[in-house]
Amino acid sequence: MASPGVALGTRRRSRYGLRTAALAYVGVIVLLPLGVILWRTIRQGGSAFWDAVSSAQAQEAFRLTGIVAGSAVVINTVFGIGVALLLTRYRFPGRRMLSLFVDLPMSVSPIVVGLALVLVYGPYNGWFGKGLHNAGFEVIYAVPGMILATTFVALPLVVREIVPVLEDEGIDQEQAARVLGASAWQRFRRITLPTIKWALMYGVVLSIARSIGEFGAVKVVSGNISGSGQTQTATLLVDERVEQLEPGAYQVAVVLIAIAVLAIVIVSLIRPKEEAP
Amino acid sequence: MSIEAKGIVKRFGSFVALDDVDLSVPSGQLTALLGPSGGGKSTLLRIIGGLESPDAGSVLIDGVESTGVPAQRRNVGFVFQHYAAFKHLSVYRNVSFGLEIRKRPKDEIRRRVHELLELVHLEQFGQRLPSELSGGQRQRMALARALAVEPKVLLLDEPFGALDVKVRKELRDWLRRLHDEMHVTTLFVTHDQEEALEVSDQLVVINAGRIEQVGTPDELYDRPANRFVMEFLGPVTTLNGAAVRPHDIELLDTPNDAAVPGEVVRLTRVGFEVRVEVRAAGADTWVQITRGQAEALALAVGSRVWLRAAPHAGAWTLPDYGRADIGEDGLRGAGTAEPGGPGAGADEGGRSRIGAGPAS
Repeated sequence: MASPGVALGTRRRSRYGLRTAALAYVGVIVLLPLGVILWRTIRQGGSAFWDAVSSAQAQEAFRLTGIVAGSAVVINTVFGIGVALLLTRYRFPGRRMLSLFVDLPMSVSPIVVGLALVLVYGPYNGWFGKGLHNAGFEVIYAVPGMILATTFVALPLVVREIVPVLEDEGIDQEQAARVLGASAWQRFRRITLPTIKWALMYGVVLSIARSIGEFGAVKVVSGNISGSGQTQTATLLVDERVEQLEPGAYQVAVVLIAIAVLAIVIVSLIRPKEEAP
Repeated sequence: MSIEAKGIVKRFGSFVALDDVDLSVPSGQLTALLGPSGGGKSTLLRIIGGLESPDAGSVLIDGVESTGVPAQRRNVGFVFQHYAAFKHLSVYRNVSFGLEIRKRPKDEIRRRVHELLELVHLEQFGQRLPSELSGGQRQRMALARALAVEPKVLLLDEPFGALDVKVRKELRDWLRRLHDEMHVTTLFVTHDQEEALEVSDQLVVINAGRIEQVGTPDELYDRPANRFVMEFLGPVTTLNGAAVRPHDIELLDTPNDAAVPGEVVRLTRVGFEVRVEVRAAGADTWVQITRGQAEALALAVGSRVWLRAAPHAGAWTLPDYGRADIGEDGLRGAGTAEPGGPGAGADEGGRSRIGAGPAS
């Protein structure tokens, strides 16, 4: 049997080993590539940054990203709360099926999502697309399709953050509020919403990050049009600049990264240090 | 304000939680619903509170038909086993919740909440969060919250079930005193027979979706309608083929015509009482006596003793058919006690149906 000192040494060594491995893993996979982009942006200087992000095309791309991601986040927040309540508060046939479907967007490739949306809403041979096109409402190669695609890929994020909290808390508090005279809306506003507040906020931030960064599905449904009638979002713009070896890719990418990092930092700052029991 | 439940039936899938139950809670009384878990008592309470709806039957609160009235408009107070504290609200805001919902004026709310916090001895804790309170304090807060809206009736679902023994006893006494001051009609669910016997004015024993017996704690303890009630409310042993409470057996050290001879096989002292296990006429039985009695009889393992049902009033025996199959005939009082004594016997016995088959 090993002496206690040796055992302690082994344990300490394995702890440092694990720590190094974890840091190296995150460093190589996440920090290094992001760092390179930041480095290149800084090296090209302030005026290059300004030129890249203030061009008409970049401005329009940011505006589109804002509209598309913003709409998708609002839709996913409202329906995410609804679906989470449905999954946790009601027992109905098909509940497990619904739960599985909510996770589906996580595993389906965004390109496939885009393709599927084109097949359903495409203006010439889509199932509904033709009718909508004839009625003057464009889905594919237009903003509504891009919102649809983004909503689809970010759908599970809000639901999956809220469901565990709702399950943990149970329905006692809501029932207590009910017996005290609170209507359904009052129970939601005064009890349920404060209970899921942090999980919801975290889910929304993840959704924002995911929606801003969405590329594949949006590329397929948007047609990636630049110039007049632009449907090119910020991520598509980055892609175009990289493909065509034109300047501006790093700068726009840095703005996207900064927004995502900022959102996560804000949440971790305002989230209470100690989890309320 | 009375509570009346008539013909309540509730099923969960194929499980029958309540099977044609009638319950009447008189105004101003403290009534306990006592029974084993899964017996349907909480379901009945939740139906009265409007948190479940019955498959059949009706609920009248204060004489008003309430079966279809949603919980938020019944104006009942409900206290949950696990407190159901609003975790994100201070103690003060927890108690004021119902009044805020009712849009009462601010200064009326302030006055009422302070009154209630004083009543439940939490006046120092108004600004704390529920997580900063002990279990007993949380439950007192929940009680103040329920009382704040001046409910017609107060319903408590295993209110002390999550607390440790010492706090349970304190809160139990305190609830009784509170009830004596406020006189709000109270129905509380418990599976603890000691709690029910100690606190309640009226006791309702419920098992397997049916009411077994209704009466005062003394009536039920002394004259149980059937073996189930007898066993649930206190210790039971058998003597001469009849079920009897072990403290209702008299131990004699001289032969007696009416007594069963036996031999002491084991003596166990638990605090002030002594459990005497006796092999009598081939069957084992046990007797509960005080330390003083045991010393006076000079009992030891191997002593010859004679056992008989104590002749004093209150002793009650039931024919012993074993636990599993007690037929309707076995439900009436028999043995040494007066048959068909008040509050027990045929009346309640006829309603109860433990064990489907005939007694054999």
